[in-house]
Amino acid sequence: MGNGTSIGRVRGLGSAKTGVHHWLLQRFTAIGNLLSVLFLAVSILLLPDLTYASVAEWMARPVPAVMMILLVVTTFWHARIGLQVLVEDYVHDHANKFACIAALNLAACGGIAFGAFCVIRLALGAH
Amino acid sequence: MAKDGTRNRPLSPHLQIWRWGPHMFVSILHRVTGDGMAFAGLGVLLWWLGALAGGPASYETFSWAMTTPIGYIVLVGISWAFFTHMMSGLRHFVLDVGGGFELKTNKTWSIVSPILGVLATVAFWAILLLR
Repeated sequence: MGNGTSIGRVRGLGSAKTGVHHWLLQRFTAIGNLLSVLFLAVSILLLPDLTYASVAEWMARPVPAVMMILLVVTTFWHARIGLQVLVEDYVHDHANKFACIAALNLAACGGIAFGAFCVIRLALGAH
Repeated sequence: MAKDGTRNRPLSPHLQIWRWGPHMFVSILHRVTGDGMAFAGLGVLLWWLGALAGGPASYETFSWAMTTPIGYIVLVGISWAFFTHMMSGLRHFVLDVGGGFELKTNKTWSIVSPILGVLATVAFWAILLLR
């Protein structure tokens, strides 16, 4: 931070940094959520019943399987971004904030990995 | 560290200062439903996928839990949170491109969005249970 020109005094102090990227990702994943969760909701309504046989047979098909993997990725990513904003709004201590966001990232990655693995296992015929 | 320089800074007014309006309500509702789904919704989603991958016996346990009264409350709650978050999220898309900021329009859609969320939830469960 310099003390010369007016732009030099404020450069680097703004809140933006990676904010635009964050903001855009929230919108991109929101569109992903809209499409994938509505696909799931309509599919649930179109299934003849919600027994194991019906649901497992449905999810093993290529399009539903891919849509469910995309759903897991986009919803967890969107939640990760949204919860990060929540943490930044209410956790002010630097160390606690870092710990919360680290835990959030691990949980989101773990959720995506577990969800995707379950769908793949089902689709590739574990049973 | 950061506290030394910031302790005496004035804070922006929080919820109790403002006069309540629908735009404020829909904004808070958007955060509450989003964060609620991040915990309860994604948790149930992973349980559901895990139960399916685990086989008929584990799916049986999931089905039992979700058809208890508490299970129905959780599922209805998640679906309401989704549709409500979806409607206020669509409202956000309109605001993002610069539309809907006129006072009257903004107020109208702030009231209509959560109502549409409830209607979509009722429609979803009506189709599911009455088919």
